[in-house]
Amino acid sequence: MQISTTDPVKTLVEHHSAVETTASAHDMEHPDYRLLGIMVFLFAEGMIFLGLFAAYLTFRAVTPDWFSDESTKLELLLPGINTTILVASSFVIHQADIAIKKNDVAGLRTWFLATALMGLTFLAGQLYEYSHLEFGLTTNLFASTFYVLTGFHGLHVTFGLILIAAVWWRSRKPNHYSSEHHFGVEAAELYWHFVDVVWIILFVLLYIL
Amino acid sequence: MTSAHVHATVPATTPNQVPVYRKWLDYFTFNPDHKVIGIQYLVTSFIFYFMGGTMATAMRTELATPSPDFVTPEVYNSLLTLHGTVMIFLWIIPAGAGLANYLIPLMIGAQDMAFPKLNALAFWMIPPAGLMLIASFFLEAPQAGWTSYPPLSLVTGKVGEGIWIMSLLILGTSSILGAINFLITILKMRVPSMGLHDMPLFCWAMLAVAALVLIGTPVLAGALILLAFDLLAGTAFFNPTGGGNPIVYQHMFWFYSHPAVYIMILPLFGAISDILPVHARKPIFGYRAIAYSSLAISFLGLIVWAHHMFTSGTPAWLRMFFMIATMVIAVPTGIKIFGWIATIWGGKIQLNSAMLFAIGFISMFVIGGISGVMVASVPFDLHVHDTYFIVAHLHYVLFGGSVFGLYAAIYHWYPKITGRMLNETVGIFHFILTFIGMNLTFMPMHELGLLGMNRRIALYDPRFTDLNLVCTVGSYILAFSTLPFLLNAVASWFLGTPAGDNPWRALTLEWMTTSPPPIENFEIIPVLTTSPYDYGVSTHNSAGDGSVFSPEPVLSDDSSVTLQPEPDSVVADNTTDRQVESYAVASLIVDRQPENRADEPAVESSVPNGSSSSLQVESEPAGAINFDDR
Repeated sequence: MQISTTDPVKTLVEHHSAVETTASAHDMEHPDYRLLGIMVFLFAEGMIFLGLFAAYLTFRAVTPDWFSDESTKLELLLPGINTTILVASSFVIHQADIAIKKNDVAGLRTWFLATALMGLTFLAGQLYEYSHLEFGLTTNLFASTFYVLTGFHGLHVTFGLILIAAVWWRSRKPNHYSSEHHFGVEAAELYWHFVDVVWIILFVLLYIL
Repeated sequence: MTSAHVHATVPATTPNQVPVYRKWLDYFTFNPDHKVIGIQYLVTSFIFYFMGGTMATAMRTELATPSPDFVTPEVYNSLLTLHGTVMIFLWIIPAGAGLANYLIPLMIGAQDMAFPKLNALAFWMIPPAGLMLIASFFLEAPQAGWTSYPPLSLVTGKVGEGIWIMSLLILGTSSILGAINFLITILKMRVPSMGLHDMPLFCWAMLAVAALVLIGTPVLAGALILLAFDLLAGTAFFNPTGGGNPIVYQHMFWFYSHPAVYIMILPLFGAISDILPVHARKPIFGYRAIAYSSLAISFLGLIVWAHHMFTSGTPAWLRMFFMIATMVIAVPTGIKIFGWIATIWGGKIQLNSAMLFAIGFISMFVIGGISGVMVASVPFDLHVHDTYFIVAHLHYVLFGGSVFGLYAAIYHWYPKITGRMLNETVGIFHFILTFIGMNLTFMPMHELGLLGMNRRIALYDPRFTDLNLVCTVGSYILAFSTLPFLLNAVASWFLGTPAGDNPWRALTLEWMTTSPPPIENFEIIPVLTTSPYDYGVSTHNSAGDGSVFSPEPVLSDDSSVTLQPEPDSVVADNTTDRQVESYAVASLIVDRQPENRADEPAVESSVPNGSSSSLQVESEPAGAINFDDR
């Protein structure tokens, strides 16, 4: 607080210098903090997944017959392909970001469409895997965590697809997004990256470990 | 300095501003104004406080005698479940959020929160969630306590349990959305002249709270999702009969719910840090210590959760870690307590209702804090776990702490919020009743716990009857004590003495605008020229009567000399006399007559000529305000 240094002279000088710098700021809109808000929100979202991962790892550590139970074996091929598609889609959606920064709305639309198709493929692959697994939600503890974790992630993929679709729909108007104003594009992209990163951790935990 | 050269004047703080009174209908709409939302939060949470209080009174009535003669044990279980949940999730947490919503933008000189619509959305999730929870009482009420431990929560009151989970998920989401707003508003929306270390301590406290909410609440959501699957879909995450592990729930639950006690107390720590200096007319003692201790509490609060689980089969080495970490929290908390005591020590204390509640807060919280250190110790906790000792401890912290703090905050900021003063006589009556009622209700519970009386039970051994009767009488006093407050708050809103802009002669920015403030708070972006707690500091009144540490800072009737929304016109128009003028700031006390404003030059030539060169050197940017903090 530096109370001891607040003498009248300095106070007044500070006072005036501050006035000069703030006079122009009067009545101005504050900068756009929405992207920062999305980041903080995604941090909180990440904490949900972190909590669920921690629960999964604890179950794994303390359940006696976790590894001996053969009824919940997982295939690696299809989920592997699925993972590749989802990871690749993160690079695809970034191309959209590059495009809109060059004011290329057509490029944005193309790349977003490609991302959406890859996301849909991922979801379809997920559903195919669900329908061909030999265990159900309540077979054992692993089965339950498997379905809840992948399902919760699938819900996030679905929400990400809705965001992408919303941006794609809005971008049909020529001037809705520009190199200067494209918060929607960045938000959808950030969310998509988040979903992607969560999947990588999830894949390692559920399928590989 | 003599009075000979004093002719400067105090500028009117709010030249063009008039108080803005909202239509009552505005408070029932989706309104993005943070002040409307703050009042919505506070009033809504107060309504739930009365509901939770009614439940508590019913429980104490039941506990007046050892046998269940007032309500059945099942109804008692659901009363205690809903009492705990309502008081925590619908009273203290949203009331703290309400204070933060109202105060943060005003304190940092912003026009609103960073995301006003998100803010309104966060509020409007609370009424439906709260009504759902209350409605569950009439369907098939949850009976597993506010902790909702499985497997108990999976076998009793299933419908109510489902509603409980749903309601908490909504309230948690609301809390997270609120925290995003607080965090970004505090970090990004301060007036340009306000560094982090120029913020009022309430903002520091809310920074710590926002961090806790963002880290803790999502984990509770994860636990509740899994619990919902157990309850509704037949999985067995937490159900030992299906191979699950109930301890995992306890870990996830307390990972949020221990930080939640800091989410409930830290806003009030911040509020008290702002209230005490104003009514003791002294600077806060140890600004940085109090500010950083909020962050330290926030961090430590995240790594102590398992001290709620000492009897849950937690391994000994782990218990040791959590025991020591828990005790360490007493250090930053103690720093705050000593800071507050040093603040009021030797101050010119004004014992009004706000100050009484603030001092009551400190004394009650110290008792709760000390019993907290006691139960942090594993060997002691093993004996008192799930007894009334814990009930006594948590009520001293949450009632003696949070609720006293909320009352102090309401008495302190009510004039700003409504533009009218609360009645002091009724306020002091309210304080005395609350103080007696609180101690009569909860003090005997320490003894009951040590004697071995279990909590959460409607029936008890007849040998506990006398002390329980004392508790019940105390709870009636406590229940009655809210009535004078309610009458005071409602009547004063319409009939109270007009408060003016700054009835307490405080220095923080929220008092530098009208009461209630206009829609965007400040007509002109305020400029900070002093730290928020410079009461009686030599800077502002070294001249005149010659007393360096007079407890009265120099203020005009309704505004502050030191915090001005615009530069003094006399000073601004005349650049040549600036160094000389600076001396006059200290002299403003002596002469505050507005008609002198036009008199030029403001300062007579009695200031030595030689001084101006040395003043130039002094006025390097290393001065009063830390810009580098941003």
